[in-house]
Amino acid sequence: MPSHTFKLNGQQVTVDVPDDLRLLWVLRDVLGVMGPKYGCGLDVCKACTSHINGKAFNPCSVRISDIKPTDEVTTIEGLPATVGKPLHPMQQAWLDFDVAQCGYCQPGQIMAAVAKVKQARAAGHEITDADLDELRNICRCGTYFRIREAVKAGAQKM
Amino acid sequence: MALRTPEQKADEVAATPTGTGRRSFLGYLIAAPTLVVAAQVGAGALAPQAAQAAIPSLPQPEELFDLGDLQDLAALSTSTMIAIQLNTDGTASFALPRAEVGQGITTLVAQLIAEELDLPIDKVHITLADARPELLFNQLTGGSNSTRSMYTPVRTAAAIAREQLMIAAAAKWGVPVSTVSTNSGVVKSQSGKTATYGSLAVAAAATQRTSIQVQLKPAAQFTVIGKAQNRIDALDAVTGRKTFAMDLKIPNALPTMVRRAPTVNGTVKSVANIAAVKAMGGITDVGIISTGVAVRGATFGQCIAAVNALNVTWNPGPVDAESDATIAKKLKAAELPLVVPPLPLLTQAVDDTFTFAFASNSPLEPNCAVADVRPDRAEIWSSLKVPIAAVQQIAQNLGLPQTAVSAHVVQGGGSFGRHLFSDAAIEAAEISRKFGKPVKLMWHRTDDFRHGRTHPMSTSRVRVTYGLGNVISYEQRHTSVQTDFTHGLGEMITAMAAKLPAGNFVGFSESIFELTQSVPYNFGVVTQLLNETFAYDAFHTGSMRNIYSPNVCVATELIVDRVAAKMGKDPLAFRREYLKDARTLAVLNKVAQVGNWGRAMPAGMAQGIAVHNEYKGAIATLVEIDCRPATVNRQVKDAVTGPRVTKAVVAVDVGLPVNPRGLEAQMLGGISDGIALILTSSVHMKDGLPLEGSWDNYFYTRQWNTPLDIQVIVMPPTTGQPGGAGELGVAPVAAAVACAYARATNTAPTSFPINHGTLSFTPLPRSVIPPEPTDGLSHAF
Ligand code: FES
Ligand code: FES
Repeated sequence: MPSHTFKLNGQQVTVDVPDDLRLLWVLRDVLGVMGPKYGCGLDVCKACTSHINGKAFNPCSVRISDIKPTDEVTTIEGLPATVGKPLHPMQQAWLDFDVAQCGYCQPGQIMAAVAKVKQARAAGHEITDADLDELRNICRCGTYFRIREAVKAGAQKM
Repeated sequence: MALRTPEQKADEVAATPTGTGRRSFLGYLIAAPTLVVAAQVGAGALAPQAAQAAIPSLPQPEELFDLGDLQDLAALSTSTMIAIQLNTDGTASFALPRAEVGQGITTLVAQLIAEELDLPIDKVHITLADARPELLFNQLTGGSNSTRSMYTPVRTAAAIAREQLMIAAAAKWGVPVSTVSTNSGVVKSQSGKTATYGSLAVAAAATQRTSIQVQLKPAAQFTVIGKAQNRIDALDAVTGRKTFAMDLKIPNALPTMVRRAPTVNGTVKSVANIAAVKAMGGITDVGIISTGVAVRGATFGQCIAAVNALNVTWNPGPVDAESDATIAKKLKAAELPLVVPPLPLLTQAVDDTFTFAFASNSPLEPNCAVADVRPDRAEIWSSLKVPIAAVQQIAQNLGLPQTAVSAHVVQGGGSFGRHLFSDAAIEAAEISRKFGKPVKLMWHRTDDFRHGRTHPMSTSRVRVTYGLGNVISYEQRHTSVQTDFTHGLGEMITAMAAKLPAGNFVGFSESIFELTQSVPYNFGVVTQLLNETFAYDAFHTGSMRNIYSPNVCVATELIVDRVAAKMGKDPLAFRREYLKDARTLAVLNKVAQVGNWGRAMPAGMAQGIAVHNEYKGAIATLVEIDCRPATVNRQVKDAVTGPRVTKAVVAVDVGLPVNPRGLEAQMLGGISDGIALILTSSVHMKDGLPLEGSWDNYFYTRQWNTPLDIQVIVMPPTTGQPGGAGELGVAPVAAAVACAYARATNTAPTSFPINHGTLSFTPLPRSVIPPEPTDGLSHAF
């Protein structure tokens, strides 16, 4: 079985799994990292959204063999560490606006929101309603409105 | 009955008494090492409401006695205890016999305990109770009934616990009980002595069961009930620590998936390559089960590969020949006739039929369960709204006594009606028995849409007659593919039907329909009848936030707008004139005022307004929609864009809002659902299978469909009793959106969602799981 190594939430990890196993299953079934959720396995629902080298991506749609040893993968579990506080400002905003209902989509929502804010800034502006419209993450509980409020508030503290 | 002006009716809201008075409630001390107090569940108050009338309509069954009452009453006759335990660390624990699926019931119950026990809410620990067969109907989460059924028993137990702690402290200090008081988890004496609840938990414990009477706090003294409370599980949710069924680490419960038939309820005829698939990488077991071919392996990725490698020959299912069009024909044939009453001269009629497509109640978390079945016992973990029924069914299927099956209720990633059925738990138990090993069963998303439960297609015909400036009759004939209600209420309904005040209920569906539906207007002679077609298990059906109300209400409100127009009246003024009930009028007036009803809008944009009564609550919605081409044709990849609801205003009166912030969250969910039902989300049934197989086929509301302006107004307490909230918002939002769409486009839409006629995606292949994408890195942002 091929051996694969990469950086996960700040730690170097090595797994022996088939080349074509998608990263979501490496995280959940092999490493027991349960923050990224399964909602489709088709790169559609975005429940599994995590970061690779600081950008949002969907591990259900990436083969482990496409991850390089130098790649840094961050799941919701590793997000607070990016600011050295117990909670990332976006997580705090989620608490302030009491966003979560069932909570199943929310790790993915938060990871996508953080990347979206950074993407807007890289393009030279603060996050807009048009940017927020581009977030594809499904929330079947329908928390979209509070998500919008929380992203805007969280962005101000980022 | 005297006619009243809207203003007079609105005044009555203010005059309605609030609070529960100073009645005594009964609870029990339970012998245990620390203080444990119990109370019976199921004591619902029956409070018939009188109808006010323009032309008085007789009260319909729902107004006198609704589904929640029926659940309360059934619960009363079979009720037993719920119990609160005080721990030596100063916390209180309560195992809630309900499912938490995102509706916030754990937070709400924690509030009730914090209020009566005088304990900070972060010291109240709520867990979900395992299946408790002795509770019978008291362990069903549905019909927006949880708050109503828990409100009094939980407070009673908490109030007794507080008194017992005071008694224990007074005894310790040798002072009269009347001289001690509590403050936030501490008992105090007049001389300044203090004792924490934790230090008294053992001293206050009972040595034998004792019944105790207690008075509950009057509403005027509430400091927690009625105050906005953030969710007690929010931190876990935002850190990824919240644990769902598939996150459980049950030893040796390996990933397990099922290859399913190309049509609903199809079965396996033969499998050509079981041995070869079992030899695939990571795979431990392969076997035929009643619903397909099960595969167990080291990872879900390897299971997907194995499922797709199976070479299966299938038997047909019962509905292979059915598609949307053939089903619609059968619905038409099953529609009950209208019985038009004798009409005075010059009477006119508005008469139309509305069609509602199949819709999916799939939550974001797909059907899943962990099962560990041994020869002599079984253990199940899943999000179960009717865990007792799951235990009964699994015990029967496995040939085990009920006592040998334990079911752990896990927090669910949404439900929307889906978890009234225990499909995944039952299937996981079958697979675990077959393989002789623990399994962690997950349905693939595509299977969840295609073989998971749907809210069935229905039609609603409405005929209204009017003349001489008044509405004379309202008749509604709702016709639906039969909804499966075999999740355990069946027996209860049979047992209870004879006791119903309106009597004469034939079957379960009719009972549910009668108990949940009513027309909020004084429309003279009113009849609403249901008929159903197809066997209950021909398709996989079930309730969907909620049962009939969204479709029935949309049909009603669209016709109301049309009748108002024919009679030359403004939609708001017409509703004000004909509404029966003062609470509904008050919420209608509220949204009209806050939403600025009647404001000028550009061509292609319009407002819609609608009301709904259910679950002892009243709700009104005003929306604005943008149907201008630039909006309708905006481009988002793989998306249905279409008209956009730009603004939504909801005013809701649930009688007593225990947690206004949680109630607002439920309304926000109702807004997302209502928009989806009218504009974008449906299931296309084609040759015995839904074509939808992903969230980019089933167009539930997304960010690009979300209104940028939403206001939810929680009305102050009116009845002093909490009504249901989880499902209340969907119907009036759907209706207001439909009315706004009709006005903005100057059309009379009769088929919903409006985009159902166009298939906006290429259907995924049948039976196999779609390939896992590999290009995820190229979409990183
Ligand atoms: S599970 Fe990865 S996008 Fe849906
Ligand atoms: S909170 Fe339930 S899916 Fe988003």
